Amino acid sequence: MNDIFYLMLRRLRHPLITLIVIYSISILGFVMIPGQDDQGNPWRMDFFHAIYFVSFMGSTIGFGEIPYAFTAAQRAWTLVTIYGTVIAWLYCIGSLLSLFQEPVFRRMLRSRSFANEVKRFNEPFYLVCGYGITGSAIVEKLCDRGVRSVVIDIDQERIDELEINGLVLRVPGLCADASLPEVLDDAGLQHPDCIGVLALTNDDNVNLSISIASKLLQPKRIVVSRTESEVNARNLASFGTDHIIDPFKDYAEYLSLAAHAPYMHLVYDWLVNPFHRPLSSAYKKASGRWIICGLGRFGKALYREFAKHDVEIVLLDDNVLQLQGYPNTVKGLGTEAATLQMAGIHEAVGIIAGTDNDADNLSIMMTARELNPKLITVVRQNLNSNTLIYQHSKADFIMEPGRIIANRILVKLKTPLLSVFIAQMKQQDDVWAHTLLNRMSSVASDEELDSWSITVGPVMTPAICAITAEGIEVKLSNLMKDPRHRKTQLPCFPLMFRRDGEIKLLPGELMVLQEGDEVLFCGLAEASNQMSWSINNYNILFYLQTGEEPSHNLLAKLLKRI
Amino acid sequence: MNREKVIYAFFIVLALTMNFGFFIGDIDDPAHHNVYEFFAAIVVSIICTMLKFGDRTHLGALMMATSLVADMQLVIAALIWGYGAQLSANGVTNEMFSSVVSMSGGALLANIVSVILLMVETIVVRR
Repeated sequence: MNDIFYLMLRRLRHPLITLIVIYSISILGFVMIPGQDDQGNPWRMDFFHAIYFVSFMGSTIGFGEIPYAFTAAQRAWTLVTIYGTVIAWLYCIGSLLSLFQEPVFRRMLRSRSFANEVKRFNEPFYLVCGYGITGSAIVEKLCDRGVRSVVIDIDQERIDELEINGLVLRVPGLCADASLPEVLDDAGLQHPDCIGVLALTNDDNVNLSISIASKLLQPKRIVVSRTESEVNARNLASFGTDHIIDPFKDYAEYLSLAAHAPYMHLVYDWLVNPFHRPLSSAYKKASGRWIICGLGRFGKALYREFAKHDVEIVLLDDNVLQLQGYPNTVKGLGTEAATLQMAGIHEAVGIIAGTDNDADNLSIMMTARELNPKLITVVRQNLNSNTLIYQHSKADFIMEPGRIIANRILVKLKTPLLSVFIAQMKQQDDVWAHTLLNRMSSVASDEELDSWSITVGPVMTPAICAITAEGIEVKLSNLMKDPRHRKTQLPCFPLMFRRDGEIKLLPGELMVLQEGDEVLFCGLAEASNQMSWSINNYNILFYLQTGEEPSHNLLAKLLKRI
Repeated sequence: MNREKVIYAFFIVLALTMNFGFFIGDIDDPAHHNVYEFFAAIVVSIICTMLKFGDRTHLGALMMATSLVADMQLVIAALIWGYGAQLSANGVTNEMFSSVVSMSGGALLANIVSVILLMVETIVVRR
């Protein structure tokens, strides 16, 4: 606030001094010029009347000649002062208005109001740096879940976008450089309610400085950082960044899962992505030879992941230097049929168009599909503006880094148990995944599959604790009933159960709950809402257990006794 | 040479001299106290305050405070005088006039403090 105030005072110095000088000269003039009263006697205006006259003349030029009609000399002086005072006022108001329109001043005002808004936050919020595809997807999801967030981006257009996006909650945004500590401070880096910092800008160095700043100020707070280089990833890990997201590596992992364990891949996809792939896509044959076009960062990450699972790979690149040291290579871009045939397109099961040129990628995919219509096609999308074309390309997978990172991060923010589950799941075989997938499909079919966790304890599940204290056992199946009608089942099922560090995947529904148990559920979002009734409200849980509405007031109890 | 400082020094010393000129003389004798000098003292004092607007240095803020005190004293004196001359049935009585002059005496003190601060600043900052 002080900056703005001082700047304003400084700018107003000259206009105000001008105003005072002109006023005092005018007043002095009226006092000195001789006049006449109504009887024609010589009379001089005193200071009181002069100030009175000049004051109203300066602002309104009204009321007439007071207290007696003016002499010619006085009128001449009035003429001079009218113009003088009007000009002084215009100068004053003009400089005030131009001050308010100055970009520097407006920026100060905006950042001030932003900082004040953040300071007044009294509920947990995330600080999101970078409002690109990833940032906007995450903020939107957080809003849907009722979690507040604060956004910083260096591009004013993106901040404008934030304002017109129509989010459910108000999300304050500021256009500023997030690598500056004072900007981060304004955005609530030191706020006690800030529960996590997400560094999602395009610049690895900026992400690094955000993470460092956050870790230095509050070591225990979650920091998620995006990075595209391994050196940076190691650097981030060295000071304890909680989650490091590398879009290329993550997508390579995701794809390689599709190649060697298609059902597992689908389970993962359903849990992580809001718009999941249909069940039928798993029936495509995915194990066999894969062709990777473009051996850039993405291609190399893919190669490493695929090689881990002994998938047969052919690498294509038009730069021979890039291909050095890799087995099974073909020189060429892959946009021509001849190179693809050389790579053995007819025996391949999948092709990945992963160059950094969108037109090349689409061309590779179309040529390949003409040669072998059964291919699984993966295209990398580099520019966001090409979304429309990509959507109609009918590729099986579109690799768009922004969304992938957003989903990965959301999994980590949603519930930490989900990450544990995914890690555990990868140790199971694909048959297990197939059964799980069928179960998921019967619950969610085409809708978005949500997941949530509960921890049994007085804070999160007061009802369970109260009923257990009365000696009644609460089973998992009780929680999964519809609170409005206990005979119907909620569209959800338990994925994982953890007690004293011991993990049980897909627990039985007759499990009796104890304090300290953690359960991960998946199902439709509506089920999560209903379940929060039964874990929080004693009466509802009692009804679910016994089928009776408990009566708690004295009168009802007395009546019952009769 | 810092032009801003020179201008300020000119005005603050002018405010002091004007004020002193008005203040000196018998406390309740209107013949010793010129109304024009009083008017000029008020105007110059207000200009001094304006000149220190938005100054973020410690001494600058102090000088603004002292000149604000002078303004306040002088404006109150003017109000008393105006009340006596225009509104009161008895005109400007001797008591009223002596309080006008003593008010301006207070303002004079504030002006002196301002000038001392100015000297301190000049001596400390040898540039």
